[in-house]
Amino acid sequence: MKQRPFTSVPRPVVALAVLALATQVVFAVLQPRLQARAEQLPAPPSAPVLRAMSLGDPIPLAQLWTLWLQAFDNQPGISIPFLDLDYGKVEAWLQRILQLDPHGQYPLMMASQLYAQVPDERKQRQMLDFVHREFLGDPNRRWPWMAHAAIMARHRLNDLPLALSFARDLAAHATAPNVPHWAGQMQIFLYEDMGEYETARVLLGGLLDSGAVQDPHEIHFLIERLNKLKEAEKSSQPSEN
Amino acid sequence: MLSKVFTIARFTLLEALRTRLPWIVVIILALLSLGSVFVQHIAVTESDRVQIGFLAASARMAAMFVLSLHLAGSMVREFDDKVVDLLLSLALPRAGYYLGKLLGFSGIAVAIAALATLTIFAVALLGMIGAKFFTHSSSTTLSALASSPDLVLWGLSLAMELMLIAALTLFCVITFAHIMPAISFVVAFYMLARSINAVRLLSMSQLLAPNDWNNRAMVRLVETLAWLLPDLDRFASTAWLLEQNGSLTALGLNGVQALIYGSLLLGAGLFDLYRKNL
Repeated sequence: MKQRPFTSVPRPVVALAVLALATQVVFAVLQPRLQARAEQLPAPPSAPVLRAMSLGDPIPLAQLWTLWLQAFDNQPGISIPFLDLDYGKVEAWLQRILQLDPHGQYPLMMASQLYAQVPDERKQRQMLDFVHREFLGDPNRRWPWMAHAAIMARHRLNDLPLALSFARDLAAHATAPNVPHWAGQMQIFLYEDMGEYETARVLLGGLLDSGAVQDPHEIHFLIERLNKLKEAEKSSQPSEN
Repeated sequence: MLSKVFTIARFTLLEALRTRLPWIVVIILALLSLGSVFVQHIAVTESDRVQIGFLAASARMAAMFVLSLHLAGSMVREFDDKVVDLLLSLALPRAGYYLGKLLGFSGIAVAIAALATLTIFAVALLGMIGAKFFTHSSSTTLSALASSPDLVLWGLSLAMELMLIAALTLFCVITFAHIMPAISFVVAFYMLARSINAVRLLSMSQLLAPNDWNNRAMVRLVETLAWLLPDLDRFASTAWLLEQNGSLTALGLNGVQALIYGSLLLGAGLFDLYRKNL
C-alpha cells in the first residue's frame, strides 16, 4: 500500500517523536549502571528445576547460565574480584551447568583457570577438588583440566602428594587414544620430584616397554630421563662401606 | 475533540468487557495461583518466597501476553471491518482516534495490573490463614507482604509497565497491520528490554579482551541499544514483594520512564498513522 508523504504528518507529531527520543537517550544515559556484585550470586536451583526450565533442550540453558555466572566475575573497569564470591555457590553452579551439558568443558575451564587462581589456598583447593571429582565422571574428555590441576597443586600449592594423587588418577583413568602420553607421564616426574627414584624408574621403564610411545624423539628423551633416574637412584643409596 | 477521545476510550473498554477479557484474565491468574501452590509444595526451603516469586513473575508475563494479544486482535479486526475508515471519515482527527484507543487500552492495562495485584494479595492472605489454622505457624514472608505497601507499589509499577506494552503493541499494529509480526515484535522487544542490563554486563566482561576492536564495537552496539530501550527490568521487581524494598523513588523513576517512552511510542505511532493511506 502506498503511504502518504512525510509532509502529511503534522509538525507537532514529528516534534513529539523527536523530543521524546532525545529525552529517552538522555534519561538512559543518566540512569545508574547496573553492576554485578559478588554477594548477589544466589544458590542454583536443583537440577530437575533447571531441566524443567530448559524446556527439553538443556544445552542452550547451560550455556546461558555459564555466561550469566561469568558476569559475576567481572565489574567494568575493575579487575576480577573472584575472592569475594561464595565458592560453595560457585561450585554448585558449575556442577549444575555440567549436569545440564556434560560434554561442555566451559565450567571446568572456569574452575581450573579462573576460580582456582585466587590468592586463597582454601578456595584453590576447593576448585581443584571439584575438577578432580568431575574429571572422574568423564576422564577421557576432561583430562586437560585434571592435568592443569596437578600442575597447580605442584607449583602453586606446593602440595606434592596432592599433585601425585591427581597425576596417578590421570594416568589410571584417562586412557583413550586421544590423551597424549605426557599426561600419563606426569606422575613419573612427580615421583622424581619427591625423590622416589625407584618408583619413577619402574614406571618409566614400564611405559617404554609397553610400546605405547612410538615417536623416536620422545623415546630418546624418555631413555635419557630413565638413565638420569638410574644415576640419581644410585647416588641417593647409602654407601655399603 | 476531547469528548470524542473519551467516547472511543469507553468503547474500547466496553469491547474488552464484552469479549470476556476479564474472565480470561481471572482464569489465567487462578491457574497461576494453583501453579504457585504446587511450586510452594515442592520447594524444600523458603517455600513462601518461592511461591510469591513464581506467582509475581508468571502473572507479569501472562498479563503482558494477554494484553498485547487482545489489543492486536481488536485493532486488526477494526482495520479488517473498515471501522477505522468509517471513524476517520467523521470529523475526527487521526490523533483523536489514536489517543482514544491508547487511553482505552491503558485503562485495560490498569485493570489487569489491579487483578494481578489482588491475586497476589489473596494468595498471601490465604497462605497466612492456612498456616495459622492448619500448621499453627506463621509465615513472615506472607504476613509482611500482606501488610506492607510494597504490594501496592508493585501493582502501580506493573500498571505502568503494561501501559507501555499497550502503547508499544498499538504502535506495532498500526505499523505492521497484522497480528503475527506485531506480536512477534512486541515479544522480542519485551524480552530484550527486560534483559538489556544483563546483556550489557555480559558484553563488558574483562575476560573478553576489552581492547580488541571487535569487543569494543559489540559493547558500543549494546550500549546504544540500551539507550533506545526502556529500562523494563526496573519495573514491578519481584524483590519489592519478597524483600519489601520498593520505594516511592523507584516508582517515581518508573513513572518518568513510562512517560518518556510512552510519549516516544505515541509520537512514532501517530507518525505512522498519519502516513497511512486508508
